[in-house]
Amino acid sequence: MTQLALVIDLNVCVGCHACVTSCKQWNTSGWAGPMVDENAYGADPTGTFFNRVQTYEIGSFPSTETVHFPKSCLHCEDPPCVPVCPTGASYKREDNGVVLVDYDKCIGCKYCSWACPYGVRELDEQQKVMKKCTLCIDRITDQTLPEAERQPACVLACPTNARLYGDVHDPDSEVSIAIRERGGYALMPEWGTKPANHYLPRQKNHMHISEEDLQRSDNPLTKEDITVYSGEETLDDVSW
Amino acid sequence: MKDPAVHHDAEIGRTEVKETTCYMCACRCGIRVHLRDGQVRYIEGNPNHPLNKGVLCAKGSSGIMKQVSPARLTKPLRRKAKAKRGESQFEEISWDEALTMLSERLTKLRAEDPKKFALFTGRDQMQALTGMFAKQFGTPNYAAHGGFCSVNMATGMIYSIGGSFWEFGGPDLDRAKLFVMIGTAEDHHSNPLKIAISKFKREGGRFIAINPVRSGYGAIADEWVPIKPGTDGALFLALTNEILKVGLFDREFLIQYTNAPELVIDDPSRDDHGMFYRDESVDVTRGCTDPQDKFWWDRHNGEVLTHTEGADPRLLGSYTMKDGTPVKPSFQLLKERVEPYTAEWAEGITGIPAATIRRLAHEMGVTARDHKIELPINWTDAWDKEHDTVTGNPVAFHAMRGLAAHSNGFQTIRALSILMTVLGTIDRPGGFRHKAPFPKPIPPCPKPPHGPEAVQPNTPLDGLPLGWPAKPEDLFVDEAGEPVRIDKAFSWEYPLAAHGLMHNVITNAWRGDPYPIDTLFLFMANMAWNSSMNTVETRKMLTDQDENGDYKIPFLVVCDTFASETVAFADLVLPDTTYLERHDVLSMLDRPISEFDGPVDSVRLPVLPPKGDSRPFQDVLIDLGARIGLPAFTNDDGTAKYKNYPDFIVNYETSPGSGIGFLAGWRGKFGEKYLKGEPNPSQWEHYAANGCVFHHELPRSYQYMRNWNKGYLHWARAHGLTRWAEPITLHIYSEVLQRFRAAAQGKWPGRRPPERYRERIETYFDPLPFYYEPLETQRIDKKRFPLNALTQRPMAMYHSWDSQNAWLRQIHSHNYLFVNPKMAIAQGIEDGDWIWVESHLGRVKCMCRYSEAVEPGTVWTWNAIGKSAGAWGLSANADESKKGFLLNHIIGEELPQASADGGQHLSNSDPLTGQAAWYDVRVRIEKVEPSGAKVTEPQFAPMKPLPGQLTRPQQRWQAYVAGLFGRK
Amino acid sequence: MHPAFSVIFLTTLIGAGQGLFLALFTGQLYSTIHLVEEQPGSFYAVGSALSLLLLIAGLGASFFHLGRPERAWRAAAMWRTSWLSREVIVLPAMMGIVFFYGLFHWAGWTEPFIVFGDGALPVDTTFVLGLLGVIVALALFVSTGMIYASVKFLEEWHSPYTVVNFMFLGTASGFMLAAAYSAWLGNNLVGFFGTWAVIATLLGLGTRTASLFRNASLKHQSTLQTAIGIRHRSIEQKSQGFSASSFNTREFFHHQSPATLKLVRNAFLVLVFPVPIALILLAYLLESPTLPIAAFALQYLGLLAERWYFFAEAEHPQNLYYQQIS
Ligand SMILES: Nc1nc2c(c(=O)[nH]1)N[C@H]1C(S)=C(S)[C@@H](COP(=O)(O)OP(=O)(O)OC[C@H]3O[C@@H](n4cnc5c(=O)[nH]c(N)nc54)[C@H](O)[C@@H]3O)O[C@H]1N2
Ligand SMILES: Nc1nc2c(c(=O)[nH]1)N[C@H]1C(S)=C(S)[C@@H](COP(=O)(O)OP(=O)(O)OC[C@H]3O[C@@H](n4cnc5c(=O)[nH]c(N)nc54)[C@H](O)[C@@H]3O)O[C@H]1N2
Ligand code: SF4
Ligand code: SF4
Ligand code: SF4
Ligand code: SF4
Ligand code: SF4
Ligand SMILES: [Mo]
Repeated sequence: MTQLALVIDLNVCVGCHACVTSCKQWNTSGWAGPMVDENAYGADPTGTFFNRVQTYEIGSFPSTETVHFPKSCLHCEDPPCVPVCPTGASYKREDNGVVLVDYDKCIGCKYCSWACPYGVRELDEQQKVMKKCTLCIDRITDQTLPEAERQPACVLACPTNARLYGDVHDPDSEVSIAIRERGGYALMPEWGTKPANHYLPRQKNHMHISEEDLQRSDNPLTKEDITVYSGEETLDDVSW
Repeated sequence: MKDPAVHHDAEIGRTEVKETTCYMCACRCGIRVHLRDGQVRYIEGNPNHPLNKGVLCAKGSSGIMKQVSPARLTKPLRRKAKAKRGESQFEEISWDEALTMLSERLTKLRAEDPKKFALFTGRDQMQALTGMFAKQFGTPNYAAHGGFCSVNMATGMIYSIGGSFWEFGGPDLDRAKLFVMIGTAEDHHSNPLKIAISKFKREGGRFIAINPVRSGYGAIADEWVPIKPGTDGALFLALTNEILKVGLFDREFLIQYTNAPELVIDDPSRDDHGMFYRDESVDVTRGCTDPQDKFWWDRHNGEVLTHTEGADPRLLGSYTMKDGTPVKPSFQLLKERVEPYTAEWAEGITGIPAATIRRLAHEMGVTARDHKIELPINWTDAWDKEHDTVTGNPVAFHAMRGLAAHSNGFQTIRALSILMTVLGTIDRPGGFRHKAPFPKPIPPCPKPPHGPEAVQPNTPLDGLPLGWPAKPEDLFVDEAGEPVRIDKAFSWEYPLAAHGLMHNVITNAWRGDPYPIDTLFLFMANMAWNSSMNTVETRKMLTDQDENGDYKIPFLVVCDTFASETVAFADLVLPDTTYLERHDVLSMLDRPISEFDGPVDSVRLPVLPPKGDSRPFQDVLIDLGARIGLPAFTNDDGTAKYKNYPDFIVNYETSPGSGIGFLAGWRGKFGEKYLKGEPNPSQWEHYAANGCVFHHELPRSYQYMRNWNKGYLHWARAHGLTRWAEPITLHIYSEVLQRFRAAAQGKWPGRRPPERYRERIETYFDPLPFYYEPLETQRIDKKRFPLNALTQRPMAMYHSWDSQNAWLRQIHSHNYLFVNPKMAIAQGIEDGDWIWVESHLGRVKCMCRYSEAVEPGTVWTWNAIGKSAGAWGLSANADESKKGFLLNHIIGEELPQASADGGQHLSNSDPLTGQAAWYDVRVRIEKVEPSGAKVTEPQFAPMKPLPGQLTRPQQRWQAYVAGLFGRK
Repeated sequence: MHPAFSVIFLTTLIGAGQGLFLALFTGQLYSTIHLVEEQPGSFYAVGSALSLLLLIAGLGASFFHLGRPERAWRAAAMWRTSWLSREVIVLPAMMGIVFFYGLFHWAGWTEPFIVFGDGALPVDTTFVLGLLGVIVALALFVSTGMIYASVKFLEEWHSPYTVVNFMFLGTASGFMLAAAYSAWLGNNLVGFFGTWAVIATLLGLGTRTASLFRNASLKHQSTLQTAIGIRHRSIEQKSQGFSASSFNTREFFHHQSPATLKLVRNAFLVLVFPVPIALILLAYLLESPTLPIAAFALQYLGLLAERWYFFAEAEHPQNLYYQQIS
């Protein structure tokens, strides 16, 4: 069975929010749209976003790490949001594992959002139905798009390519390899939700320099031996 | 709902895809705009574009909202006769009225005194056209944003290596092994830099960020080196010291390609002390280049002309020429200069432990030496030596405004250039790489006019308004040595002000110093807000009247697309289009989008019709030029020469028959030529068919070592990129600076500075880099103002432009001052508290946010988030004006007065280049008294909606769906 | 969690409605076996009407919780997996039973059709409806409780206490209401219902305080460390990614100070338990016809506070992701 998902590489994410707004623009006029904004030009502007980029600080000065952390629906393999839905509006697709909401069935009871530990569902406050990341279902399944473009909007936009997309059940896919080789992990594993989306941790490159590295025979200073002798006394003058 | 897997987007509505170039920022990525029923459905990155390769940033992806923004202006406006300036009371007028009114005024000024017209433009991309307009008009008072942006970066490097970061060159991260990024938050080259950094990291490169703040790109650095603001010069000098001491410099590179071995006269008693020892009689090219009449000290044969076959010159030592002149190689002088700058010394200034500084020096030096890159590319150097390979030392640097926006930035950036040079990393793989039209001679050839006689009624300016002085004679001053330009650029106050000093225009014009002007024309610059320093006072100056009730700045024209703060102050408002509604060129005559591998320029094509009566400024300018009768825009019979901007672009040549125009691609009758060639009437169609880009990839042998690459230099000359094909030797030692210093010392045969500038010039025009405390710091009580305050660009906002963007403003609708908790706790300030931030100039009220990612002596905030109430189409109680704040209110445009200034006003700028010293401001913070209102201060009367301005949606909701029939 | 008034009223009103029904039927049972005095059919009919009214009011309140109430009928679809769906089915069933229970009493269709044990236990339709009602009421308590208790990462709720608390507190308020009803009618069941109300209240006190203790020492499984998958002692969010509010900052957090929370908790601890018990006792001693009404009214008020606190107290792990604006 196919399980499509995103794998997010925290090692290169610079927190640019491209994935946030590219998601919004694709989806607002797409299958899952519109993505409504409230008080768009007033105080407390708020609106529907399927994807947020957050920032965390780890440690204290000067050993601080700043981590940018994008988060959208993780398309859990065992999604707690689905069975609780009383109408069947929330469902997980059989063919590719994407978790979706059918707005025509949704009664806006919000129960699914309570049942998602990740805080990725958003009620559209105007239309009063629950919305969430669709993994750009209307792009990835659109056979009229060229193959290379059959990817989520956020993945195509991401300038650092921090968002990998593919089938996490296919052991040879780019995402599965990345998870395997880079220590990809899931969020809040304690709930057994088995998120399909994974995160790749930070990695550090260090450089080691030994004393020998600094003392090499080809040191250019040896070519600048510019000692000037002015006839001062030496052992040759005073010993025998 | 329909099954999304069988229901395709493209089947809904009438769909089209058009290619153009993004302008949600100045990076200029290629985009594909998908339209549904003529409305923007979706904007995506153009995968075939050399710059962004298909990716798109947060701003680029929010272009849709720019089209529906309630801040949009759609009508030309005139200030109501009875209304005071600044009250934003306007009436609609027609374009014809607007242009008639303006051209009459300008025609009169041009006939009387052209310099009474000042044209200043903000973060725009059409300086080639606006600069040409100013020149044609005959006014010297023209500049773009460079002076308040990053002119230090441009000059500091261009005066050292003939190219620079910014839009002129960059780090070759494809091949680098070590990347050191200094003082960069988001950069101009936003998307390409992101693409490159991520690729670099994935390939195992080591990334070090030197910055008082760890954010953005620095977040993913392998190591963060926190540094005290304004002290990087000390760091670079200490690094250079260590590299020289340990012997980690690239001797071969220094000898062949830099002036390190060139002999400098070392006799303080002589007038030519500090100048290169030259033989003026040898037969070499003497244009605006670096003539090859200088000497080396060969270890066997003593003095020889540089690049003498077989010579092995000394880098160190002191020697006496045959004629008895004592000389030293530049490198010796550099070594002497950096010797006192030890790691321990730098630790005390920068706050970086000495051991870290040494280790950084070793990492740089060892990587450069032991990880040499060798590419099988043969090339010929300027001295006809053939090389089988191109080699490189894979240490790449990148720096931007963290270095530039300090009053010691020029010398700091010189120090960085020299560090990069001693490591042997200039225009070599893995190091710094130029982008066409760079490298250029040091300094580049264009010069500003040299005196007031260049400004004559009804005559184009004699020279370009901006240029690159190489000696005191190139300054733009009068007999008395006083400035000719309103911003005092190229005067003794700021001799190397290559981009002008836009940040002083309003203050100078208001004060009438050096003279009053009549019309100030601001295009795409928000000078009443975020691009002014001392904003509160600046706003007062704009409305200040003399005894007769006349405005001190009599007439203000603003061309903007949106209802910015500045628009409120205009007498005449010209509504521009958005980037999706017009033609634009990103020209080789300006700052093109070239790649390391060759020149690239690009265009914008309209995707949507202009909204309302808005009109592309380019068309307006060409129309205006014709109405005023500027020669370049009129035929002999006085009729307009060009129909419109597209027509102008295709047909204009820099001079008749030059074959050089705004666009480099598809020139020649049939589009068969590039860079140089006759006008091609179907040039636009060629760009349209090629994703709006022209990219010429140089042969591989021309892609590296371009300062000294004979093939490249001749190619560049043949294609009109440069006038000279002479090698561009890197300036470790800057004789150019020494010339100004000599003038101040009374040793220069020509122009000398007025007395009051002598000490200043002598101090700062040091031919070798040195460290000094930023000027503001030198003049204030550091105990009273213990903190440095910085701003940083958020990746999801472009200056002030994006508060009107419904999506982007949800990410940053207001801002906080980030403070290190240790520092804050010591003052009893809690996370989230309202605080006062006070500088010598005044104070602003804001909220604070604890952050462990900031050096304790620094506080910072996001740039330009705070807004004036009612501006940008926002409601008067929007977060931007109630909770957001602008640091600019407390950054001085002038320095606090010191006794040594003798009562004159000095700009808060770098004394060499006039670069605005935004990041020098020193502050203290204090908790707001408990009774204080939780609203930011200062507050301004809300700006009123303008006639013709689009309105905010009446409902609470905005649910954008492209197309006539919505989603279903 | 954000305490939504729709849900607070829904759960307390139907709880009282169910409880009242249970009380009525307990009364009937006792009177059938002659332990208490027999009541006229109108007593049950009006009582059922009252119970039905509460159930309807609860249902009505629940509609305010729905974004799309016009589609509420769809909510019955997923009874196999969703407790909410089950509640949506059981609640109308409950209402139906209460309706018919009252109707049969009203109409006097109380002819026994079978008599057990020598006339000791005559069984009529109302008796069967009553028994069925008890089962359905219990099922409804379980469904309602399980809506909350089944969300495992809402750890304050994820315990059997949630269900028993709903049950005991609903029952208590129902019996309290029955006592008040009796007092109002002036019949002599006040003591009977009052005693049961006190018992249920005491049971509720036991389980509710137990749950408070449990929650006070609860150690949440999710932490910032598991939320973002980084193991480090000090992690702080600096930005939630947007600068104003969002559904996620509104729905899952009460935005009240800890002091307010404490106040509400103390208020409900006083109003739900000691006060009504004392009033019932006093009513018993003084034979006051009004005090039981006051006892119910105050207990119900207390239950509103209790339910508010129930929501406010629950820490949703998603809040780990929404802490800081900058
Ligand atoms: N405190 C602080 N202040 C700073 C800086 C800092 O770091 N800290 N940075 C400085 C720097 S580097 C710069 S470059 C300046 C930038 O300052 P400015 O150049 O003034 O930039 P903006 O204010 O964003 O934009 C100017 C105006 O351009 C308008 N505009 C946008 N698009 C168009 C268009 O298509 N046509 C026309 N006609 N107008 C348009 C906008 O509406 C806006 O009013 O800010 C400077 N100010
Ligand atoms: N998204 C977005 N992109 C933009 C812009 C924008 O407004 N928004 N503006 C464009 C413009 S006009 C410009 S000029 C560029 C500027 O691009 P950058 O130079 O990257 O922009 P700044 O935000 O000024 O970043 C300055 C950085 O320098 C650090 N810094 C300040 N002082 C010092 C110092 O003394 N030493 C060191 N080492 N670091 C220091 C600050 O902490 C900050 O991280 O960005 C361009 N790109
Ligand atoms: S677009 Fe990519 S780099 Fe930018 S925030 Fe999203 S994941 Fe990170
Ligand atoms: S992340 Fe949340 S909404 Fe998405 S599938 Fe998992 S539980 Fe459901
Ligand atoms: S809000 Fe909609 S999708 Fe969520 S549980 Fe209720 S009906 Fe289902
Ligand atoms: S996959 Fe699509 S819907 Fe999901 S976050 Fe990315 S762009 Fe948004
Ligand atoms: S960096 Fe972003 S805003 Fe700037 S041109 Fe590229 S896509 Fe547009
Ligand atoms: Mo800038």
